[in-house]
Amino acid sequence: MEKVVEMRNIRKTFLHTVANNNIDFDIYKREVVTLLGENGAGKTTLMKILYGMYSMDSGEIYVKGKKVDIESPKDAISLGIGMVHQHFTLVKSFTVTENVILGLPPSKGIEIDLESAKKDLISLSKKYGLEVNPDAKIWQLSVGEKQRVEIIKALYRNIDVLILDEPTAVLTPQEAENLFDTLRLLTKEGKSIVFISHKLREVMEISDRIVILRNGSLAGEKNKKDTTKKELARMMVGREVLEIIEKEEMPEKGKPLLVVQNLHALNDKGIEALKGISFEVRSEEILGIAGVSGNGQRELENVLCGVRENTDGRIVFKGKEITGKKPKEIINLGIGRVPEDRMEEGLILDLPVFENLVIESYDKKPLSSGILINYSSVKDFAERIVKEYDIKTPSIYTMTRTLSGGNLQKVILARVLSRNPEFIIASQPIRGLDVGAAEYIHTKLLSARANGVGILLISEDLDEILMLSDRILVMYEGEVMGILDREDITIEKLGLMMTGARIGGLHEPN
Amino acid sequence: MSLISFKLEKRTPPSWWFRMLMPIMAVIISLAISSIFLLALRKNPFTAFYYLFYGGLGTKFAFLEMLVKATPLILTGIAVSIAFLAKYWNIGAEGQLYAGALLATWVGIQNFNLSPFFYVSLVIIAGFVGGGVWSFIPAYLKAKFKVDDVVTTLLMNYIMIYFVSAILTGPWRNPVSMWPESVNIAENARLIQLVPRSRVHIGFLIAVAIVFVAYFIVKKTKLGFEIRATGSNSKAANFLGINTLKTIIIASVLSGGVAGLAGVSEVAGVHYHLIHNLSPGYGYSGIVIAMLGGLNPFGVLFAALYFSVIITGAQMMSRSVGIPPYIADVIQGITLIVMLAMLLLFEYKISIRRGK
Repeated sequence: MEKVVEMRNIRKTFLHTVANNNIDFDIYKREVVTLLGENGAGKTTLMKILYGMYSMDSGEIYVKGKKVDIESPKDAISLGIGMVHQHFTLVKSFTVTENVILGLPPSKGIEIDLESAKKDLISLSKKYGLEVNPDAKIWQLSVGEKQRVEIIKALYRNIDVLILDEPTAVLTPQEAENLFDTLRLLTKEGKSIVFISHKLREVMEISDRIVILRNGSLAGEKNKKDTTKKELARMMVGREVLEIIEKEEMPEKGKPLLVVQNLHALNDKGIEALKGISFEVRSEEILGIAGVSGNGQRELENVLCGVRENTDGRIVFKGKEITGKKPKEIINLGIGRVPEDRMEEGLILDLPVFENLVIESYDKKPLSSGILINYSSVKDFAERIVKEYDIKTPSIYTMTRTLSGGNLQKVILARVLSRNPEFIIASQPIRGLDVGAAEYIHTKLLSARANGVGILLISEDLDEILMLSDRILVMYEGEVMGILDREDITIEKLGLMMTGARIGGLHEPN
Repeated sequence: MSLISFKLEKRTPPSWWFRMLMPIMAVIISLAISSIFLLALRKNPFTAFYYLFYGGLGTKFAFLEMLVKATPLILTGIAVSIAFLAKYWNIGAEGQLYAGALLATWVGIQNFNLSPFFYVSLVIIAGFVGGGVWSFIPAYLKAKFKVDDVVTTLLMNYIMIYFVSAILTGPWRNPVSMWPESVNIAENARLIQLVPRSRVHIGFLIAVAIVFVAYFIVKKTKLGFEIRATGSNSKAANFLGINTLKTIIIASVLSGGVAGLAGVSEVAGVHYHLIHNLSPGYGYSGIVIAMLGGLNPFGVLFAALYFSVIITGAQMMSRSVGIPPYIADVIQGITLIVMLAMLLLFEYKISIRRGK
């Protein structure tokens, strides 16, 4: 087969970490090649080098046999390489067509020929099953549609190689299926696809060839037909992976802890994001909240954590109304919060580890008395917690910013659990974590549940929801599509509910 | 067309000893840059700097005068750094200094029949309250209505400075003086002299004590922790249960209060009456001093002493070498820019590449 791109001995370092350690990577014509690896393995870095967003420290790149210097995305595109990022790069107030032609030279002198661009765009979108309205403004589109615009944008520039960075992270199972159909059509046309992922189910479905990265180095290469999920997981993590964490069955349902009734709230743009959410969480149970990103989960988390006001409805905790309470009051009631935004909400990265461990309890005895913080007991406490929760940090005085993602999350979880909460709100608790850290977080949440804690788990990771939850609530456009017991749920059913189908009886709280 | 492009990438924070070294490097670099101006005036920079430091440190008189000027600089430096630690950009120390001086003068000219200890304490409290209240206004506007603190604190300087001028040319004007100035404050309301036949007063010791108090508050108290947490990331601090709006207001009132003490030092320690040019920009120098001192109270102490040497020595340099004394302001400005550039350089890695 014909090689389209050859990357030789690519090396890139950030600070003290080697993101890419002399990696060789080839892309052949008409193939879907997957870059598989945990977060932080160097997949995105390698592709950002190919796309001209990062400069490599050393190495060589050949496109169609010719050595090239790629110094900007513009260079990459002119060589036929396009990339769709995890975070989209679209102008929200422009239409789809305007976004697609943005940055291209006008076809008729200085005048922009929007009409012919629109025609080309429609034919592209028909040909590859990328359905999207060319006149819609970007802000009106769903996440799946935005992704289609990004792909059309790349195809419009006549690329031969399309790099997709974790494209399914924001899609429902059905949308992901449609994306895969498109990718198959593209390879039939002679294009090559680089698919970046760490989800084995999808990797086995779409790839022809799989290249595994681990800690910035090449860990192996497999053809899809010669390998299994299990083998890939082992290569990716570097050890055997426990497929399922043992979940203890809780025979008796506990008492209702948190009751949410008819909750309404606005998002940052002032548009209603929660439209009458009701549910209850009992002690000793995990209620999973599933849904595609941006369907009100973040607003729900914000309201429950006390950093967003609701416009209607009430929240009752242990029989007492807590609607509109401030973060401090919520913390002191015994509610632990593991926020989605770890870097900007869960931690203060420019304070040392020990201060982050006590930031929710520094004002209590024995950590402080009067106006003074008792730093010697704070330090003893921090030393103990760091040991107990196995937080990997050079010392408790280390700046929190320098810790790895998994250890940052451990700091948050340790802080929450050390207060012996009765209830925990955990939002995307393992997003971006490696398998080992994710396992650790899940084990801790399950053992909290076994100790009688009620947990609200908000996650876009269906595997996580299915593995941990006792009951599952599906949110779509700020509404509850249904609350089902774990046993009654399949991935297909979840997928349908996530796109707006109401299934199953609503368990209305009393 | 050939273009050179720069990219900024965050790097690991420099170690503590490097942070200590940074201000010293900033001072050296800024003096080196300043010598370009001296060379442009066809003066020998070494001679100039010799007289600069000799004029600030070389004689007993110079040294004592340096301490006099250092007193308000320490206070405004501490004031600014308390606010900056909370990321409350108080550019208003100058106005708060005048507000403190105004209220302190008002108390001082009442001629209360009090023992010096109580009267001076009262004057000091008045100065703190004056500066604190003046600083509370923009902080409240920021906390309540999100009004930009840089703009309000800066503009309120002018309101206060012109208000003081107005009151001195009007109702408070000392009828027997040729200048727009108030009558003298009571003898028992004055800060006592530390060294006979010099202008050094006990305010210097108070300023040094304030350095220790500020250090204690920042490093040991709940309030200090809340200020640092709010300043590091107010969104996270709020999420984690800290009342960030309250913290910002308290930090700003403390900041303004300490700036007000600088006004007390000038009125009750140096002039004994209020004048319209009480401060040659001590409030603005406080910003430079706070940054050079790395927002650390002891760093601020040393930075304030350094700038005091330069400000005091500028006269001697000017007379001996024949250059305008404004070179002291130039050095201050350059030092600030160099320090800010160094903070940027050591927090980010800059890679330069040639594009097409």
